Amino acid sequence: MTADWQERFKTFFGIKWPKLLESLGQTVYMLGLALLIGAVIGLLLALLLVLCRKGGLKQNRMVYAIVNVYVNIVRSMPFIITLVFVFPLTRLIVGKTYGSTAMLVPLVIFISPYMARLIENSLLEVSPGVIEAAQAMGATTRQIITRFLLPEALPSIVLAMTTGTVGLLGATAMAGYVGGGGVGDLALTYGYQRYNFPLLILTIVILVVFVQLLQLLGNRVSGKLRQHR
Amino acid sequence: MIQIDHAVKTFADGKQAVHTLRDVSLTVEKGDIYGIVGFSGAGKSTLLRLVNGLEKPDSGSVTVAGQDLSGLNHKELLLLRRKIGMVFQQFNLLEGKTVRHNVSIPLLLAGTPKKEIEARVKEVLRFVELEEKENAYVSQLSGGQKQRVGIARALATSPDILLCDEATSALDPQTTESILRLLQRVNREMGVTILLITHQMQVIQMICNKVAVMEYGRIVEEGAVLSVFGIPREKVTRRFVRTVINDRIPEKFISVVRNETRNQRVELLKFIGDSVKEPLIANLCRMEGLEVNILGATIQEMQGSVMSVFILQLIGEDALIDRAEIQIDGAGALRERMVFQA
Repeated sequence: MTADWQERFKTFFGIKWPKLLESLGQTVYMLGLALLIGAVIGLLLALLLVLCRKGGLKQNRMVYAIVNVYVNIVRSMPFIITLVFVFPLTRLIVGKTYGSTAMLVPLVIFISPYMARLIENSLLEVSPGVIEAAQAMGATTRQIITRFLLPEALPSIVLAMTTGTVGLLGATAMAGYVGGGGVGDLALTYGYQRYNFPLLILTIVILVVFVQLLQLLGNRVSGKLRQHR
Repeated sequence: MIQIDHAVKTFADGKQAVHTLRDVSLTVEKGDIYGIVGFSGAGKSTLLRLVNGLEKPDSGSVTVAGQDLSGLNHKELLLLRRKIGMVFQQFNLLEGKTVRHNVSIPLLLAGTPKKEIEARVKEVLRFVELEEKENAYVSQLSGGQKQRVGIARALATSPDILLCDEATSALDPQTTESILRLLQRVNREMGVTILLITHQMQVIQMICNKVAVMEYGRIVEEGAVLSVFGIPREKVTRRFVRTVINDRIPEKFISVVRNETRNQRVELLKFIGDSVKEPLIANLCRMEGLEVNILGATIQEMQGSVMSVFILQLIGEDALIDRAEIQIDGAGALRERMVFQA
C-alpha cells in the first residue's frame, strides 16, 4: 500500500519520497545551525554597536567604526558572491567546500551582520529612561545588559530574528545549489533543470508553508513575551 | 549631605558649546526636602544628575555623604548609587514585569539574599500603600500607582538620599498631591534626605523646606521656602511664586484704581505665619481721613505655616499714607508699593 503511494509520488514529482525528506532535513539543518550561530554572533555584534555608539554605555568610536563598517560591507554583498568569496575560509574550517556543513560557514558570515542590524534596532528601541534608571541603581554594564537591555528588547528581538530567519531560508536555497543540498537544490537541479514543473511547484509550496509557520511562531512567541505591556 | 561647589558643565552641541551649568553651588543638609525649581532648559536635570554621578562636572566638585565623587573609582561609584534612590517623571519601570519584580531589581543587583528581598519588597510596598498590587503588572497600573512603584523601587535599598526628577509632572493634580504626601512621609518617617527638581511651584510650596531657583544654568535665588516665597528678589522667582500666590489686583479692580482721582497708593502686604499680632487692618481703618480698600486677598498654607497676601488701596493725604506705611511696617508685615501706569 505504502509502496504504491511512494511509486505514484515518484511518477508525479520525478524524485523519490525519501529524497524529499533528505532535502528537507538538509534545509532544516543548515537553517537551524546557521541561525543559532548567526544569532549569537549577531547579538554580540549588535551589543558592540549599541554599547560603543555615540552616547552609548561604553562609547568607543574605534570599535563602533570597525563593527559598523564590517556589517555594512558584508550586508552589501549578495549572498552568492559571499558564498564563493569565502570558499578558502570554508575549506580551512570544514575541510571541503561542498555539503550542508560546509555551507554553514558562508551562511553564518552572511546572516550574522544582518541579524546584528536587526537586533541593534531592537536594542535601540529600549527606553533610554529604563537604562538611566538601571544606572542610577548602580547596575554594572553586564547587569544592565542582562537585566534590562535584553529582557526589555526580547519581544522585538524575536520578531527581528524571525525576519532574519526568513532571509536565511532564501540563502540556504542558494547554498544548496552550490553543494549544500536542501529544498532549494531540489527545486533548481531536479525541478528547474529537468523541466520538472510539478516538483518546482511542490518546493515552492513547501517553502511558502515553511515561511508561514516561521512567521506564525515568531509572532506567537513575541506576542506571548509582550503580553503584559 | 550633598555639597556641590562651583560646578560647571558644558555640552558640545555641534560647533556650539552650550553651558548647562555655570558655576553652581548648592548645599543640602541631612533631613532637607530641597527643591530646585526652574523652567525647562535651566539646567536642573543636569544638576540633579551630578549627585549620583550620572553627569560629571567639567570643573567644580560634588560631595555626597562626605565622599568626593571625583575621587571614587567606578566600583565605588556604583556602591554609592545604591545609597541614592532616584525617581523619574516617566517612572522608567519595566512595564511588562510585575510590581514585585520591579521593586526587587535594585536588591537583586546588590546581590541580596532571596529571603531578604522578599521581606524588603513587602515592606516598601506596604509603605507606599501598594501591597495588594505586588503581583500586578506595571502596565495595568495608573500613573500614580506607577510612581508609587517607582518610589518603592528607589527605597528598596534603604537609601539615605532620594533624587526626584520631576516626579509629579506627569500626574494629575490629585495624584500629584498624594505622591507629594508620600514623599513627605519618606522624609519624615524614613529620615531620607530629598533633592527634587520641578517646574511646578506647588511642589515646592507643599513639601520643600528649602528652594533654589535656577535660570540659564545658574542658581539665581535660594533659601528657606517661606522667605523666598515671602520676598522673591529675582524676576524669575516672582514669576514662579505668582503661579501659587496670587499677588495681582483682580482685572475688575484695576479700573477702580485708575479712575480714582484722589491721592492714593496701592500696597501689597504679606503676612507670614503669626508674624502680625495686632489687628493691623482694623487699626488702619481707624486712622482719621484715611480710606482703606481691600483689592485682593489670598491665604496659602506652606511649611506648616500660613502666608496671607493683601492688596490695599490707601486713599488720603501723602503724610497720612506715610504714617499708615510706618504702622504697617511696624506691625511686621512685608510691604511693597505697587506702581501703575496711568
